[in-house]
This record gives sequence, C-alpha cells and structure tokens, in this order.
Amino acid sequence: MNIYVLLKRTFDTEEKISLSDGAVNEDGAKFIINPYDEYAVEEAIVTRDAHGGEVTVITVGNDEAETEIRTALAMGADKAVLINVEDDVDVRDQYTTAKVIAEYLKDKNADLIFAGNSAVDNSTSQVGHRVADLLGIPCVTSAIKFELEGTTATITRDIEGDSEVVSAELPMLVAATQGLNEPRYPSLPGIMKAKKKPLEELELDDLDLEEDDVEGKTKTVEVFLPAEKTAGKVLSGEIADQVKELIDLLHNEAKVI
Amino acid sequence: MAKKILVLGEIRDGSLRNVSYEAISAAKLLADGGEIVALLIGADAQSVAQNMIQYGANRVITVSDASLEQYTTSGYAQAVLQIMQQENADGLVIGHTAVGKDLAPKIASKLESGLVSDVTAIEADAVFVRPIYAGKAFEKKTVETDKFVVTIRPNNIKAAEPDASLSGEVTAASVEVKDLQTIVKEVVRKASEGVDLSEAAIVVSGGRGVKSSEGIDLMKQLADLLGGAVGASRGACDAGYCDYSFQIGQTGKVVTPDLYIACGISGAIQHLAGMSNSKVIVAINKDPEANIFNVADYGIVGDLFEVVPMLIEEIKKAGLAV
Repeated sequence: MNIYVLLKRTFDTEEKISLSDGAVNEDGAKFIINPYDEYAVEEAIVTRDAHGGEVTVITVGNDEAETEIRTALAMGADKAVLINVEDDVDVRDQYTTAKVIAEYLKDKNADLIFAGNSAVDNSTSQVGHRVADLLGIPCVTSAIKFELEGTTATITRDIEGDSEVVSAELPMLVAATQGLNEPRYPSLPGIMKAKKKPLEELELDDLDLEEDDVEGKTKTVEVFLPAEKTAGKVLSGEIADQVKELIDLLHNEAKVI
Repeated sequence: MAKKILVLGEIRDGSLRNVSYEAISAAKLLADGGEIVALLIGADAQSVAQNMIQYGANRVITVSDASLEQYTTSGYAQAVLQIMQQENADGLVIGHTAVGKDLAPKIASKLESGLVSDVTAIEADAVFVRPIYAGKAFEKKTVETDKFVVTIRPNNIKAAEPDASLSGEVTAASVEVKDLQTIVKEVVRKASEGVDLSEAAIVVSGGRGVKSSEGIDLMKQLADLLGGAVGASRGACDAGYCDYSFQIGQTGKVVTPDLYIACGISGAIQHLAGMSNSKVIVAINKDPEANIFNVADYGIVGDLFEVVPMLIEEIKKAGLAV
C-alpha cells in the first residue's frame, strides 16, 4: 500500500502572535507539526502496519520544516519529501500548495493520502479537497474513524457533533480531525532511526512547473492584530449577591440575556 | 461593476440555518447592485424558499433530486456548479458550516478559482477579512480570479430584518448528478437536541474544573435555560468529560457568540484563541489568578458547583429563561 501524508509546519498553539513589517513575526516562535496532521501521520502508520506498504510524508515549505518532518519520521513514517517553492513563487495560497502536491503525486500511484482537516494557522480547510480534486479522487473530511477492508474504506465523519458514516473506494484522500486516534510520541530508537531515513528535497523546476502554473488565486493584502481584550469587572461580596449582580449586568448592561 | 452572486442556503431539520440569511447580506456587499440568486437543495427547498426572498434574495432556484437527498461533496458540488454555470454567476457565498467547509474547496477547485473561507467581514471592493491563528490575528484577502467562492463564519455578518413585502420568483431546476464518489451509509444524530455550537448566540463552556461528565451536564442545564450550546476546553475533552466535538480552541471550534460563559476554565492561550472574540465573556473560576479573568468582561471568583446552580435558580426567578 502506497500511503502519503500531507504535513504542515505550524506555530505552536500556545504561541502568542506579534507582527513585524506587516507579517506574522516568526522570530523565536516554537513550531510544531500541525496538530491535525499528527492524526494523519498516526493513522497512516497504523494503516501501514495493518495492511503493509510504505508511508511518505510530503511537506510544502522551507528548509526549517525538516525538524517537523524528522519528528514524523521518528513517529514511524518511512520517508519524506520537502518541496520548497518560496524562492520561486511570490503569490502563494492554498491553490499553490495543492497544485504542487498534486503535481508531485500524479504519477506516484498513491492508494491513500492522509491530511489534517485544517491547519491551526490559516485554517482554510482547502488543501486536502483541492489535492484530491486535482488528482480526481474522492476526499472525505472530518474523519474520526477510519477502517479499511480490501479497497473499500469506511469512514466516520464528525458533523457538528452528529456523525456520518461514509464509504468510498481507494484511491482516496482522508482529512483527519480530533478523535481519530491518539498520536504517538516518537521513541528514542525512532528518533535515532529518523535521522537516517530518506528526505528528498525538490523545487518547482523538479516538478516541471512554472511560477504561472502555481500562482495563488487569492492575495493577502494586510495582516493585523485584534484590539486587545482588557480585563473587565471581577465581582465581589457574597457569592449569592455576585450571582444576582451578574444577572443584572448581563440583562441590563450587556443586554445579552 | 454589478455582479451576480449565488447564495447556497442550508436547510437543517426543515428550516434554513441563520447563516444562510447572513450569507445573503454578504452577497449584497459583493453584488454591487447586481442580482442575488439563492439556491436551495433538497425536498424541503420549496417550503422555505420565500424566507430567502424575505431576507433579500432576488429570486430562488430549488433543486430536488433523489441523489441529493443526503449531502455528499460530489453530489452537491455537481449541482451547485451546474446552476452556477446556467446562471453565469460571478460568485458563490456559503456559510462556513460543516457543509460549507467541505463543499467550498471542491467547487473552487473545479472553477480553478480563489476561495476565501471563514470570512468575518467584507469591506469595499471585495476585500475579505478573516481570522488567522484562530483569531489571534486577522488577514485581509482579495480574490485574483474572475469567479470567486466565499464561506462566511456564522454570527458575524448581520442578516437583514426579514421583509414580508419583498417578492421574487421561485423556480425549480433539474441537475444531472453522476458518480457520487462517496456513499453515505448512516447518519447518527447526537447533537440534535442541542443548539449548534458554531451558530449559538450563547455558549456555556466547561473546563477541567467541571471534574466529570456530570459537571458537563450542569453546563448543559445552564445552556438549555438560556437557549445556548455547551462547549468545553481541551482539558475537559482530554479528561473524557465530553466528546471532542465540544472542544473550543485553536484545535477545535472557534466560536464568537454574544455571550460566552467559561466555567472552571483556566484560559490557556489555545483556548482563548477559540473564544476571545466573543462579544461578552463571563468567567467563573476558583483561582483568582486564572488567565481567563484577563479576557473576561465579568468575573466571579468562586466554586462553579456553588455558582452555577445559583445562576440557574436566579435566572429562573428573574424570568430570563427562554
């Protein structure tokens, strides 16, 4: 079984965001594997262990993503490819990422592609669907359970708290969300082995793509921070009086109940 | 230049979701005086079509087909694309709901167009505002292609006041749907009795401090009383007090209700990202140093098991229960 995982390097969710020169300041920030992509890595490994085959991690990003890629390899993925388009493409968006990935995958005979449902930075939930559509394969998002029998996958999806069970034929793309599994921590031997696992580095040229082919369909014109929330009123007195005061404030001052 | 905008309305349990009306308002901001056409899919489409007119759509197209009785990405995408083509629509607006999130990128890919998702405001000349890092920052985006797809976050762009004097044509259209790619085997309704978290005007949320699934039940009592929905912090979900579908935060759902009541939640940065853009925040926590108080409009330092039952009683007494 030929299994691929789409992995993005993102800010740690405990990081605060600041701006410099109109863009998000990355200096000194801690980075992680996008948490949703961790579920994808785990599910890929579990599926490979049950059905055989190989897990390849694909990242579109710059050299710094090697840290997160090595973590995925330490978890148990077999090899990885890092596609760096930052020097070649000025206007990039989710279309860019999807087009590059689809171009890489088009002759790889992928049976299964796992991705995260969204990334915790831009949170557009676009890349999985776009990759699948460009490859002409089904895409099932919000996966909280994945079962494979032969070439038929049965997937449970979380739909705003309800769940929906769908089935589809391989090859397909599955986008993972919380509840799918419990991602493992890399073991020490895993970390040692990961250092020697193959990591292929590609650029736009290697995929026979021109800048025009992958240019973003949207443009970011400004990034800004929200007005800072200031601490409000902490009530005092007897709890019973505080409760009454709170209800009065919510009803008469804030007018929300 | 005037543009023709298609709005896909979403019907749930026989009624249109509020975000569909908000989508009409969004379409108005983009149409520049052009026509707004609502598309409704499913057996209930006819019966709710007039509502879309009252909220500002110029006309409504309904589609009902056996292959579209249940939502599938491929089925809906084919239907929407065919109508977009017939109408020669410039843009498509959908709510950023489970359906919208799943459908929009598929349609944008087919159109080879730009998609701006999870939009919270629309400025002049079709500049879209959307949160990034779960609301720790925002970005403004433009679409560079002729056609565009937009999903809007519930509770942000205001729906118009319905106007019963408005009228518009309702026409039934047929579409050809083939090869669904996925088959829906079963839908298990778990959330049916509650209000949907992403659209709720009031959210009552529990953290580790609720201590058990019974603690979450207490949150539900308060939420029900106020016509709101229940949420939870990652801590509460990890501890198994409730399902991950309740989770609010940078991993999980991002909510922007009118009122957010955080009970026994310390206020980790990743949780704050998911709720700090709520209009009014109430924090109830034993620990006066808890970070949640730094974003709360009103705070009570106290044991939630003492405070919340009192709140329930007092709300009933004050006649404020819905």
